[in-house]
Parts: sequence; structure tokens; C-alpha cells
Amino acid sequence: MNQARANPLNKFAMHGALILYTLIALFPVFVILINSFKTRKAIFREPLALPDAESFSMIGYQTVMKQGDFFLYFQNSLIVTVGSLFFVLLFGAMAAFALAEYRFRGNMVMGLYLALGIMIPIRIGTVAILEMMVATGLVNTLWALILVYTAQGLPLAVFILSEFMRQVSDDLKNAGRIDGLSEYTIFFRLVLPLVRPAMATVAVFNMIPIWNDLWFPLILAPAEEVKTLTLGSQVFIGQFVTDWNAVLSALSMAILPVLVLYVIFSRQLIRGITSGAVK
Amino acid sequence: MTALSLKSVNKSFGNVHVLKDIDLEVEDGEFVVFVGPSGCGKSTLLRVIAGLEDASSGEIRIGGDLVNLTPPARRGIAMVFQSYALYPHLNVRGNMALALKQERQPKAEIEARIAEASRMLGLGDYLDRYPSELSGGQRQRVAIGRAIVRQPKLFLFDEPLSNLDAALRMNTRIEIANLHRALDASMIYVTHDQTEAMTLADKIVVLRDGRVEQVGSPMDLYNNPANQFVAGFLGAPSMNFLPAELVQPGDTRTLGLRPEALYVAEDGALRGDVTHVERLGGDTNVIVRTPATPITVRLFGQHPVSVGDELRLGYDAANAYYFDGEGRRSA
Repeated sequence: MNQARANPLNKFAMHGALILYTLIALFPVFVILINSFKTRKAIFREPLALPDAESFSMIGYQTVMKQGDFFLYFQNSLIVTVGSLFFVLLFGAMAAFALAEYRFRGNMVMGLYLALGIMIPIRIGTVAILEMMVATGLVNTLWALILVYTAQGLPLAVFILSEFMRQVSDDLKNAGRIDGLSEYTIFFRLVLPLVRPAMATVAVFNMIPIWNDLWFPLILAPAEEVKTLTLGSQVFIGQFVTDWNAVLSALSMAILPVLVLYVIFSRQLIRGITSGAVK
Repeated sequence: MTALSLKSVNKSFGNVHVLKDIDLEVEDGEFVVFVGPSGCGKSTLLRVIAGLEDASSGEIRIGGDLVNLTPPARRGIAMVFQSYALYPHLNVRGNMALALKQERQPKAEIEARIAEASRMLGLGDYLDRYPSELSGGQRQRVAIGRAIVRQPKLFLFDEPLSNLDAALRMNTRIEIANLHRALDASMIYVTHDQTEAMTLADKIVVLRDGRVEQVGSPMDLYNNPANQFVAGFLGAPSMNFLPAELVQPGDTRTLGLRPEALYVAEDGALRGDVTHVERLGGDTNVIVRTPATPITVRLFGQHPVSVGDELRLGYDAANAYYFDGEGRRSA
């Protein structure tokens, strides 16, 4: 192990592979970013060139700011994503705790039932979901999206978190019980902090598909005041003419908040991993 | 008064019958040790007493009160766990204070009890540290401190020393013994280590397969084991068992001889070759291969025996134990 680590050739190869992968992964983002700052002509003439004095233009950003209520879309996306993540983590962790901690009849069956959603895409039920939302009057509200995304995220959350909760020391939970802590205090104060890395993993897994989703916003909440960012950006993509400046600018701005959320969660991930190793 | 009394306590997990008709009394101020091989049910019994598992049937009384349906926090017990089980998000002071805060004790009382416990355990300098900043021995002392501040009717220890290294284990063992003297409290201590059981206990409860095999003081059990299991479990090195017909032709019983009861004698009844010698300085343990089975002999002091020597071993008839085919003691 030590020898392999000390070998400079291995180290070089390892870092080389990682850097190569990073470049490949970041290339599309890079192309979007540079082209969002160019004139329309420059985008088509030389898509890979950096913007220079001649081709530099903020026209895309100006269009985005002027047309449509971009900040409202932004806010909607943020509310939906953060709200859904909150409910996925809260209910997922609670269900996982019950499955991992208590012996009751049907525990196993319940676990399997909750995990079934991993294998069945929620979009199959779109028509039924739409009918349900119409019946409850939730169409064109952000709640419609939050509820659907919570349902979509729960199976994986329960599956991952219950596995982690089983590893939390029984002695610790029992010490809490003997000291007179309620089951809720044990869950929130003792168990949740210890499975924080797993929570971060679940959050990252769920966040990006929710933020990027076009399907459900288009079907359940297409009204102007509840449009999400992804749906809002579609106004620039026409059947015959697409305003590429505006599309690229909107996408560039859409990347930012996900990046911030991702950094927050991945910090938690890393902290969790190292604290486990040192202990 | 009795600190704890169990009446025909049973515990099953599904079809697995873990505890079978356990009857037991623990007097006030008594130090009782549950000992047995792993899987004998001793930890389950402790958890049933603590209320972390419900008994399937039977009566549990702590300080005279029936507690079968009382939650653990209100049974007047405190427990020390093998893995310490300190709260990682609280410092030492917070760990000790938590249970008292839950009981809504006044602040001054909490402070006083923590001060007293940390003085007894020498934890004064560590009160503001977090568990991750403490060594294993310190963590275990904090866990014991957390139990002391509650001033429970009954202390429960679940193999508290098995995560410590050998030197620390002996020190902590002495500390626990001193603590028991200082607090004069009733304690129940679970271990699989017969040395801990012999050195700490006022009363030992030997368990096997969920049944109590024998209850008594350490010397009672050592001198007067009820059966072959107890005889073999207590004492180190453990008792030698060999067919009695080796020394008395026609006798079908099993002969039990403690390693320290054997001595080298020209006219000894047993004869064998030395296959291994362990020199400990104060003692010399010799493994001798007799015609039936290898036996261990513990000779006091240092002896010039070497592998391959032929030894004749003798013993006093008073030190010989006999067991019948079922392992029961027979005169």
C-alpha cells in the first residue's frame, strides 16, 4: 500500500486520469459559459473561441433580465429544490430510523415496499398524478412539485439511510434511553448527526434531477408565476428560432445555485468521512 | 432489603428461548457478577433488568417495586456500556449532566454531583473536553461518572473493561472495586472474564445457555463447584478433566484436578511426557501428555523441567473432584 502510494509514476497516472476526467466533465459547462458572453455571430462562427473585445457581448444576459421574470423563476426553482430536499431528508430519515431500530410485524415487507420506488420511475404515473393534483386543486402551485419530488426522492433516501442507521451503535441509543431521552430526541440529537454523511449523499443524489427537471413543471405548474428556471428558459427555444444568447446566459446562471448547494453538502460529506476514520 | 429480585424471568426472541426461568436476589450494597461464555444470555439478562428488553414472562423488582412496565429512565438504574456510548456532541460535563437535566434537578445540585463524581474519578481537568479528545481509559471513566451522578439504586456494568488494554484493565478493575466500597451501592457486572469475576464479586452468577448454573461467593464456587461446567469455567489455568479409570481402574466418572493441586512426586499416580513449558517467573505452567489427555500443571516458583522429560504427578485426595456422565458433581 505504502509502496504503491510512494511510487511517483503511479501517482502521476492517478492524477492524470483524474485531471483528464475533470476536463471532459467540465468541457460542456465551459463552452456554455464562454459562449454566453459572445455575440450571436461569434457563437456560430467560432464556438470554441474565448470572447475577445470584438465578440464580447452581454446581450444574452440583457435579454434574460428583460424578458420574463427570471428572478421569480429562480426563486421558484430554489423553493422547490430546497423544500423537496428538506422533506425527503426528514421523512426518509424518520422512516429509515423506524425500519432500522424497531422490531415490528411486517418490518421487512415495509422496507421492500418503500424501496420498490427505486425501480419504478415516477413518470409512469404522470397522468394519475395530474388527475390527483387537479382534484386537490394543487395544479399550478409549487406544492404540487414539492410533493411529487418528495415522493420521487423517498425510496432511495429510505434505502440508503436505513442501511447507515443500522450501523449507529445500539449502546449509544440505549444510553440515551436510560438517561430518559425520548425517541424523538434520540433520533434528532444522537442518530441524525452521526448519519450526516449519508444525508449529504442523499441530498446530492436528489438535488440535481429536481433542479434540472422539465417534465413535471411543464405538466403540473406551467403558469407564469410558478414556472421553474428550466421551464422558464424554454421561452428562448422556439420551433423556428432559438435565441442562443439568452439560452446560454440563462443556463450559466442556473448552474450557480446548484454549485453552491453542492459545495455545502460535499463539505458535510468530507467532514463525515474523516470524522469516521479518526474515531 | 433486596436491591433486585428476579422471579422466573424468561425471554424469547421469536422461537429462540434465550433466558430460562431465572431466579435471583441481589442484596443492598452487593457486587454481583454475571459470568459465562459468549451467547449464554448474560448481556440479555442485564438488558432485561435495565428495561431495554421486555421480559417475556416473570417478575422484576428493583428496590421492592415491580418494574416490568417501567421505562428504563424511571427504574432507578444507571448503566455503563462496553463501547462507552458517550454522547459525541456533548463535552464531559454535558455527558454527565444530561440525565440530571432530564430529571429536572436544580442547577446547583447538578453542579455539586458532577464535582463529586469528577473528584472520585480524577476527571476534574477534562470536564470541558469532548469524547473524541479523550483516551479509552478516560472515556470509560466518564461513562462511569455519568452513572455515578444519577445516584441510582442499582449500577449495571456491561463488560466495561473489554475494550481496554491489559494494563489499564487491571487499574480500572481496582478503581471499580474502590468505587464500590466508597459508594456502598448495589452493582451488577457482566463479563466473560473469570478473573474479573473472581476479583470483583461478592457473589458470582454462572450462566450457561440461558440458565443459572450456580450462584455463590467466588471461593464457594472455586472450592465447591456444582458441576463440571462451573469447575472448568472458574480458575486459571482451568481445571483438568481426565477419565478416573486412569488412576482407579473400573471407575467411569470424570476426575477433575486443578493445575495448582498437582505436584511432582516420585510415586505420583499420574505419569506423562512434558510437551510444553510456560515460565512466568512466579509460576511455571507445564503441559503434560498423559495416556488419556494433556493436562496442565501449575508449579509455584521456577522449575528446571524441559520438553521431553517424563514426570510423575501426585495430588491430595481432598483436592480431587469427581463428575458423573452428565457433568454433575458426584462425591
